[in-house]
Amino acid sequence: MADHPVIQVRALDNRFGSHIVHEKLDLDLYPREILGVVGGSGTGKSVLLRSIVGLNPPSGGHITVFGEDLTELSATERSRYEQRFGVLFQGGALFTSLNLEQNIALPLIEHARLSRAEAEELARMKLALTGLPPEAAKKYPAELSGGMVKRAALARALALDPEILFLDEPTAGLDPIGAAAFDELIVTLRNALGLTVFLVTHDLDTLYTTCDRVAVLSQRKVLVADTLEKVAQTDDRWIQDYFHGPRGRAAIAAHNRLTEQEPG
Amino acid sequence: MANEPGLSQPLGAHTPGNAELGGHTLKFSGDWILAHYSALDRQATALKARAAGCNPDFSGLGRLDTAGASLMVKLLGSDALISALERAELPNEQRALIQAVSEAMNQPSAEVATVNPVVAFLAETGKKVTSLGQLIWLLAGFIGQTLGTLFYILPRPNRWRWTPFVAALHDTGLNALPIVALLTFLVGAVVAFLGATVLEDFGATIYTVDLVAFSFLREFGVLLAAILLAGRTASAFTAQIGAMKVNEELDAIRTLGLNPVELLVVPRVLAMMFSLPILTFIGMISGMVGGAMVCALALDIPPSQFIAIVERDIALKHFLVGLGKAPVFAFLIAVIGCLEGFKVAGSAQSVGEHTTSSVVQSIFMVILLDSVAALFFMEMGW
Ligand SMILES: Nc1ncnc2c1ncn2[C@@H]1O[C@H](COP(=O)(O)OP(=O)(O)O)[C@@H](O)[C@H]1O
Ligand SMILES: [Mg+2]
Repeated sequence: MADHPVIQVRALDNRFGSHIVHEKLDLDLYPREILGVVGGSGTGKSVLLRSIVGLNPPSGGHITVFGEDLTELSATERSRYEQRFGVLFQGGALFTSLNLEQNIALPLIEHARLSRAEAEELARMKLALTGLPPEAAKKYPAELSGGMVKRAALARALALDPEILFLDEPTAGLDPIGAAAFDELIVTLRNALGLTVFLVTHDLDTLYTTCDRVAVLSQRKVLVADTLEKVAQTDDRWIQDYFHGPRGRAAIAAHNRLTEQEPG
Repeated sequence: MANEPGLSQPLGAHTPGNAELGGHTLKFSGDWILAHYSALDRQATALKARAAGCNPDFSGLGRLDTAGASLMVKLLGSDALISALERAELPNEQRALIQAVSEAMNQPSAEVATVNPVVAFLAETGKKVTSLGQLIWLLAGFIGQTLGTLFYILPRPNRWRWTPFVAALHDTGLNALPIVALLTFLVGAVVAFLGATVLEDFGATIYTVDLVAFSFLREFGVLLAAILLAGRTASAFTAQIGAMKVNEELDAIRTLGLNPVELLVVPRVLAMMFSLPILTFIGMISGMVGGAMVCALALDIPPSQFIAIVERDIALKHFLVGLGKAPVFAFLIAVIGCLEGFKVAGSAQSVGEHTTSSVVQSIFMVILLDSVAALFFMEMGW
């Protein structure tokens, strides 16, 4: 990776009261890569994501995005940068008082200055792109299943055709077929739009099929960040259990079968 | 290099997209991205009729995103575009994007039924009427359910939930005390001023004392405290329970084999029934203190005389009539607040609507019941 990183996290500290979540954490995100972020529950993956997108002011350290330290910008400048982010929150975080179409049309109307009709037409396309049926467009978040909420949230994250996509456990709660389609969609979008993807996941299949690099969060920092093969060989208890436990072995086997079937 | 949707490009440095019809080919050029959506959409709509069946030429295409791809699909139709893609000269990434967008848009769009406005109006009116009926029906049912649970729990001290009860008591009683005292004090002073002004014409300013004492013991003490709690506590109950409903916490309580009425409603109702009489008492006292202050300052009736007149003229029954209404009001306010919380349906907006509704309903019920009670007590001569 000769490219300059789009996101550079340096010596990041995060603590809540006396509870230290991150300590001297370093991480780079390179253009057009899909970086998988894994780690046990409660190791601070969501907190790291929130710190990068600016929702959680870090207790210490620096985060530069597109070469700028977001904490030092004025509100309007920040907003310009934030439009280049798309975020899918762990719980979906759809606006419960708007239907799906309106949820996705909202940023299009506010930022891309489209008319409501144009925005809603585009919104329906994005919903279809994430695999939702047409009749879902008029539904409210409370009427949807968990998997549909995830898809709609992805559609909203993609609304402004962002440059960096942050996904917090996007395939958790999806059925395996839906999860596989989701993985494929992310790769397609990355290839077509030149997206950079920060992907928090527990899903080993997602790691194997989509990620270019994997960062492991453990012991308050990024233990290693490298290609999957190298990370899987790292000598660490948690990493070994994760990649070479029963589920890890199954995912490797599935991945090997797949790559044998389609040579090249 | 022009096809590289690079991050390195600064914002705003792109050429607007264009579609040109030449013979049997439709030539796309420039950037087909969200930033130019409106202009491209107009162009697409204008060209649509003539573009059908044309061969797309992507050689001049710059950047492309999902918004631009969706316009291409709109222009050529998804089937035609997918089959044309096979032959087209296009980087693999953009081919994949157009493919994905075409497939997504290839689904039949949902039919939106149009409704006659007259029918819609009638339907809306009907809905309002039935929902009013349902509101009363639900309230009656919920009151029954709450009373049933209450009487089931009362003889079983091991099921008394002290912690939520004390917490609710602290919140609805103690925390509301200063505002109730201040408000009734001020209203007491106002009533005394009014009395003084009107009674002065008859040379009967001394009766200001009776006016203040009567009105606060019988009506104002309990009414002001109840209205304050309706605004302060009924809304809090609705918001608390409503947020739990949105978060599926109520469902979790049920699946754990617990009864939400027992767990959430009964402690709140009991706490209100305890705190409102106390607040009413405080309200009566501080209203009369406010009246006494005005009497002392403006009418030269010293506090000792004020107390003497109250002792002489005002029977105990007036105090009891006022205080007796407090638990009933408290029960209604708490039950309405909780019920509206249970009615919340899965959205932040719904929490807001039901919070408003619980305040309006509980104040309405308090005033309605108070006027009925006033009539009743008058007929009974109490
Ligand atoms: N707002 C907060 N206040 C206090 N502690 C928090 C807050 N947000 C997260 N934490 C703590 O930070 C740790 C990491 O949380 P999180 O990033 O959500 O974990 P995960 O890696 O599972 O996403 C957890 O121990 C959590 O308790
Ligand atoms: Mg998390």
